[in-house]
Amino acid sequence: MDQEHKEPVLQVQGLAIGYGDQQVQHDVSFDVKAGSIFAIMGPSGCGKSTLLKALIGLLRPSAGMVHFGAQDYWSLNQGQRDDLGRCFGVLFQGGALWSSMSAAENVALPLQMFTRLGAAAIDALVQLKLSLVGLDSGRTSMPADLSGGMRQRVGLARALALDPRILFLDEPSAGLDPIAAKRFDDLILQLRDGFGVTVVMVSHELPSLFGICDDGVFLDAATHTVIGHGAPATLRDSSTDPTVHAFMKRERTAGNAAPA
Amino acid sequence: MHALVALIRPCVCQRTDPASAYRHAQGPLRRRSRRTVTVASNNPRVTTQVNGGDTLITLTGDWTTPEDRGADGATAALFDRKDLTAITFDSSRLGQWNSSLLVFLSGIRFAAAPRSIRVDDSGIPIAARRLLALLPQQAAPPVTRPKQTPWIERIGLRTIAQWCEVVAVTMLVGGQVLQSGAALVGRARMRRVDFVACMYDAGIAALPMVALVNVLVGAILAFVGAIELRRFGADIYIANLVGLAQVREMAAVMTAIVMSGRTGGAYAAEIASMQGSNELDALRVLGIPVQDYLVLPRVLALTLMTPVLYLYGSAVGILGGFAVAVSMLNISPELFMTQTRCAVTMHQVLFGLTKSLAFGALIALAGCRIGLKAGRSATDVGHAATSAVVVSIIGIIMLDAVFAVCANALNI
Repeated sequence: MDQEHKEPVLQVQGLAIGYGDQQVQHDVSFDVKAGSIFAIMGPSGCGKSTLLKALIGLLRPSAGMVHFGAQDYWSLNQGQRDDLGRCFGVLFQGGALWSSMSAAENVALPLQMFTRLGAAAIDALVQLKLSLVGLDSGRTSMPADLSGGMRQRVGLARALALDPRILFLDEPSAGLDPIAAKRFDDLILQLRDGFGVTVVMVSHELPSLFGICDDGVFLDAATHTVIGHGAPATLRDSSTDPTVHAFMKRERTAGNAAPA
Repeated sequence: MHALVALIRPCVCQRTDPASAYRHAQGPLRRRSRRTVTVASNNPRVTTQVNGGDTLITLTGDWTTPEDRGADGATAALFDRKDLTAITFDSSRLGQWNSSLLVFLSGIRFAAAPRSIRVDDSGIPIAARRLLALLPQQAAPPVTRPKQTPWIERIGLRTIAQWCEVVAVTMLVGGQVLQSGAALVGRARMRRVDFVACMYDAGIAALPMVALVNVLVGAILAFVGAIELRRFGADIYIANLVGLAQVREMAAVMTAIVMSGRTGGAYAAEIASMQGSNELDALRVLGIPVQDYLVLPRVLALTLMTPVLYLYGSAVGILGGFAVAVSMLNISPELFMTQTRCAVTMHQVLFGLTKSLAFGALIALAGCRIGLKAGRSATDVGHAATSAVVVSIIGIIMLDAVFAVCANALNI
């Protein structure tokens, strides 16, 4: 395992992202250290998920660089990007499971497409991944028949299918009850400790942020750039920025306070 | 004390192919090992050392390539021994590892559990122990296939399902007729904008396609007729042939088939995907009847627009025939028009209009019904669109045959 390597797995420098003329974020820079759980924080609509899209190759940034190890992701050609992308695991919002396949088939597909393993070996790996995320029943159910939390678990198992180096999670605990969300957070922690995988998660769930994240960036919706670097708990305790402070403490800022 | 040392190499070591394939899948961050596919010392190896009932399993090498046979290849020989009581591990020379190690270890646990063999996992890396703790101790029972229902029961179930479908369709048709009546006096719960959008989609937007198909059908009829009629010197009857065929049959059927492909399929797909994303539930909860809000504007729009498209299709079809007749058969334009007016009576047009009215209603009802009863997955949307088109086309042809028999009996 490579947890002991503390050099950054992912480096983002001067990234600007947007759709057409509309710029969502600019001058975003941060490093993600190997084996850390890195949070992309910020209020709704600040461009957290858009930033994630730029990191996993779904949206070309308008400026800046994304380095994975020594490679500049967006300067690679499509084939090389696909190769690199196979060491990412991505859990989308709500799981994004393929609705025409059962839970087990969802996890099996990446293995069938990108390894030359036999059916029995794939089956063993699928069982393992589903057991790891705690899905002991409902493996042959279709996604439509699973609950939100189970779908999220299957999505995580699918993200883990190819033993990724980096796990990207988009709002992993959104829509889960507090107990399920806590259990999911613990699971992410256990998987990080077990596989030594680096986790980059988009979230605005304060309990998860404080509970498991050891580093992060805070994106601002008003100024469209990063206004805080560091672990969520550190930002909560020591940030002087009023927006960050209000977010972390669940308070209203002066700007959006209700008139008395 | 006798020591038996067995050396078992997981089968992947002999076959370099899966190994390189898997490493490739790991991507460039793991590329360090990609060129040196099988360095002997890095191959995952299992060495078992049996000492009485205790067995020490030594794990060496990089366990980053899942082996084909899971754990059983390495452990089958071990578990053949009757006197096995405890298993311990030594992983001091273990290199990199990933899920394949976990598959192996949990396989051993599964095999040991029913024989109450003690598995001491203290020799396994702590990270792997943490992951193993998440896994069940015993293998999941094999999935039992549900017992097949006897054939008599299946026939019964199918019959009941078909009967329910008949009832549902009848209720849909009845409901739509009643709602259409309500819509006429402005009391249906349907928004005007939706109705206008559906009218546009089923009408103006379909014009180019309907025009193209009918012009070509008219022209083809004229071509086919021209060759035969010229042999009898009956060139002028080309006008009768094209006019009658277009107005009575071709324009109505061709327009309906075009509409079933472009609009009926779209209705089914749209409603089915709304089903998949819970949009229909959202309507129901608000108390907006799906029948009024979604189905009625579509059925009304298509039922009203198909006859209009039919008239347009007949006209451009005759125009297609006209172009061929005038250019190939030396028939003067005036003569062709006069002859067409004699051949095509108002009765024929009404007959065609009635047919296309029925076709329009059929296509819209089939599309909406199939969309409403579709499942919730992406495949179900595809199935819904396909079966809407299939049902519509078969329905159109069958209905056309019924119309032909009726027309014959009534001497229209």
